[in-house]
Amino acid sequence: MAAKSIISRPVYGTLSPQPGKHHLFVADAEGALAIGEMAERTPPGFFDGAEIVFIPGPDRKHVAALEALKPAQFHEAPSFASLLPRLRQTLANAHMGLRLYLSGTEGLIGQAMQAALEAGIDHTSIQTEHRGSLARRMQCVHCKGITENVTTQPATCAHCGLLLLVRDHYSRRIAAFQGVCINAEDRSEIPPMEEIFR
Amino acid sequence: MSTGTTKLDVVVSDVVPVNDLVTRFHFRRRDGQLLPTFSGGAHVVVEMRDGERTRLNPYSLMGSPLDTREYTISVRRDDVGRGGSLFMHRNVRPGHEMVVSYPVNLFSLDLRARKHLMLAGGIGITPFMAQTAQLAAEGGNFELHYTCRTASLGTYADLLRERYDRRVRLYHDDLDERIELDRLLSSQPLGTHLYVCGPAGMINWVRERAATLGWPSETVHFEHFAAPQPGLPFDVTLAVTGKTIRVDEQQSVLEAIEAAGVDPPYLCRGGVCGQCETNVISYDGKFIHNDHWLSEEDHRSGCKIMPCVSRFEGRSLVLER
Amino acid sequence: MGITFRNETFRDDFTFRNSPEHIRRFPFPFHEDAYMYAVNIEPHVVGPKGSVLENLIDVDEHYVAEMQDRAMVLAEDPLRCQSLPHMTLAGWDLLELLMEQQAQGYPEHFTLTRDGDRWRWINRPLGIDDTFTFGDTSTLPYGPMEYITRQSQGDFCILDQRDGNLWMDAGMVTTQADWSLDFDIGMNFFEWHAPVPLAHEKGIFTRALKFLTNIQQGKPARRLNWTMTINPRLDTSPENYHKWGPDRTTVTPENVGDKVHLRVELQSFWRLPRSNGIVFPIRCYLIKMDELVTQPKWARRLHRVIRDLPDELANYKGLTRYRPTLVEWLSKLDDGSPTSPGFGPY
Repeated sequence: MAAKSIISRPVYGTLSPQPGKHHLFVADAEGALAIGEMAERTPPGFFDGAEIVFIPGPDRKHVAALEALKPAQFHEAPSFASLLPRLRQTLANAHMGLRLYLSGTEGLIGQAMQAALEAGIDHTSIQTEHRGSLARRMQCVHCKGITENVTTQPATCAHCGLLLLVRDHYSRRIAAFQGVCINAEDRSEIPPMEEIFR
Repeated sequence: MSTGTTKLDVVVSDVVPVNDLVTRFHFRRRDGQLLPTFSGGAHVVVEMRDGERTRLNPYSLMGSPLDTREYTISVRRDDVGRGGSLFMHRNVRPGHEMVVSYPVNLFSLDLRARKHLMLAGGIGITPFMAQTAQLAAEGGNFELHYTCRTASLGTYADLLRERYDRRVRLYHDDLDERIELDRLLSSQPLGTHLYVCGPAGMINWVRERAATLGWPSETVHFEHFAAPQPGLPFDVTLAVTGKTIRVDEQQSVLEAIEAAGVDPPYLCRGGVCGQCETNVISYDGKFIHNDHWLSEEDHRSGCKIMPCVSRFEGRSLVLER
Repeated sequence: MGITFRNETFRDDFTFRNSPEHIRRFPFPFHEDAYMYAVNIEPHVVGPKGSVLENLIDVDEHYVAEMQDRAMVLAEDPLRCQSLPHMTLAGWDLLELLMEQQAQGYPEHFTLTRDGDRWRWINRPLGIDDTFTFGDTSTLPYGPMEYITRQSQGDFCILDQRDGNLWMDAGMVTTQADWSLDFDIGMNFFEWHAPVPLAHEKGIFTRALKFLTNIQQGKPARRLNWTMTINPRLDTSPENYHKWGPDRTTVTPENVGDKVHLRVELQSFWRLPRSNGIVFPIRCYLIKMDELVTQPKWARRLHRVIRDLPDELANYKGLTRYRPTLVEWLSKLDDGSPTSPGFGPY
């Protein structure tokens, strides 16, 4: 986690069971551990009304552990893009009383939250827990292109090629941090690139 | 700077008895101009000159926000209350000149809602009269569930049925009709917002069930103006102005402060908006907090009071006014 | 007699100038010889004749040129004007406010005729005469907010009020001081102010929010903010930072007076009646150093303010690179004599 931050930087918590009739979990990789730890504190029968959508790593680690929670539905997806149509459909048909739990990488949490906001869920009611990589999704403020898995500061925009300062300023609507040209005033100034979002 | 409200000089253009308990009052501007536009859920504070006393009571605007030629309010007669509603019923006649505040909305619609689910109890129907008119004009998606004691006391029930047909459901206490609340709350599409206005018991019930059934607090809106409760008279010292005043049995602290010629800011006069929040400098006794504004911690601390609705019992109270 | 609108540009050849009377009415933002954040909010009431507060929505000699510049910005980047779906009603509120204020303040230039919901709007400087149905978006060439803010000076943010916070859910932002509407839309009051240094720690925004959420209909409020811009460029957006950023390296002792501009924002806050939202117009005034220092008191004071500004603020406002050059230039106009309190030039 960044040492000194600003208010628009998302703050993640620890998943905790919420009152509600249905519980939808979206997680990737080590996000499964957050669900597992929460399961130790849930009332009996909690997962009877739960759906877990999970993007495992290449080794399919944690899949068995999640299945063992016996959720009403369990779905394994190879990528966020592949689960998005299903997530949208679930949200479109859902009723009030559905609670959403997101755990894993910032990119996963941000993009799933973006889909939830579009479906009319208020962001403050969503449970989140960050696990795993600190790699960032970044939007270039100049060309508007999104660069995934940014680990360096500064970072190069994958679309327009400008060298960008990755700010802590974050947009839930875009599900990305803001990237602003770091040497706009004098393009000959090239600051060293460091890997800091691991 | 103070954020008090601006005043409007109005004349009572009509007084219409609606049923045994409720009378509707119509106001127009004395200068013939249009009144300020308002949004559904807004209230005005009506100033009542009752002999030496000035009463200031908030009432929801119930007309359509699209028609600002007049403002309308509905007042339920409360025979054991502090007298504001009785004054309106007994003394206010067409042609009467009065002063009302600019509209203020502390119960506004969340326009992001996919659907607006409204629950009204008794005279709590009034803000929904304006909100349904506003939503209907914009093609908004709403559903109103309205509980009243008997059909004859179902203020505007017929009118609402006529306007909105099946979007309005009525429940009569005397026929033992009850809202199936859990089923209703569990069958709403994602993105629905819930609005409730009525007696305190109903508001508490609905909020509790909604929370239990997983409705996030941002989606649950309620309006409950606590009417100032009568109580034992007591004395208050105002430290800033150096006055000592008596708060009568039927008076709120805020009214007593105003009667002494001190004008603290206010908006709702019902313990909701926070404008008249006042620091306590010292006290010997106990507070009777009736507001929805201060935190429990504030209540326990003895450092703050909402003079619009809260009272005090004890030997001495010094306020920073 | 009306305003004589200047034919000028805010880009390329930068022909923007202030006339002598516009220099005198410039809203100089420093009432003392130092600057620090404060909740400097006051009632937005009409001020003296001949000042920018003569009308609550100010129209000046730059009106036509500014509207032309806005049209060019929008043609390049339509994302500068956005409104989330629930904000259309607030857009109508804003249209009513701006038409009424402009027609009332400048009857020789603007006329609004209302017959129920049938409205006719005449904007003579821009050659517009439209009849439309208030509340019916299909009767206007743009959404209500875009329509009226293409005809009103300044940026406009419309804030939705809910859950005790303000949410920036719509806006027309083409003359901004380095923030992106496209990125910030949908954020709450604290989030979109997040990048501002120092002020959060001082509790400034908590107090400001409390005040703003209580703004009442018919009682608008205002505050001044300021920064500096190289060349009279209105569009200093982060989107185009890589295009205008190099300007900051071009300041020399010889061109300070012409290139460096004080940029003052007159921000006002109005409760919107139908939507219960708040509109936040940000009206930008530019003045080049050569023009500003024609008022000796302003020259002395600006020198002291810029010289003593904390580094974090100077950096946030983007002054760091040329501050020494500017301070050196201004110091020659500061004989050290005292300045009178207050904003005025005397």
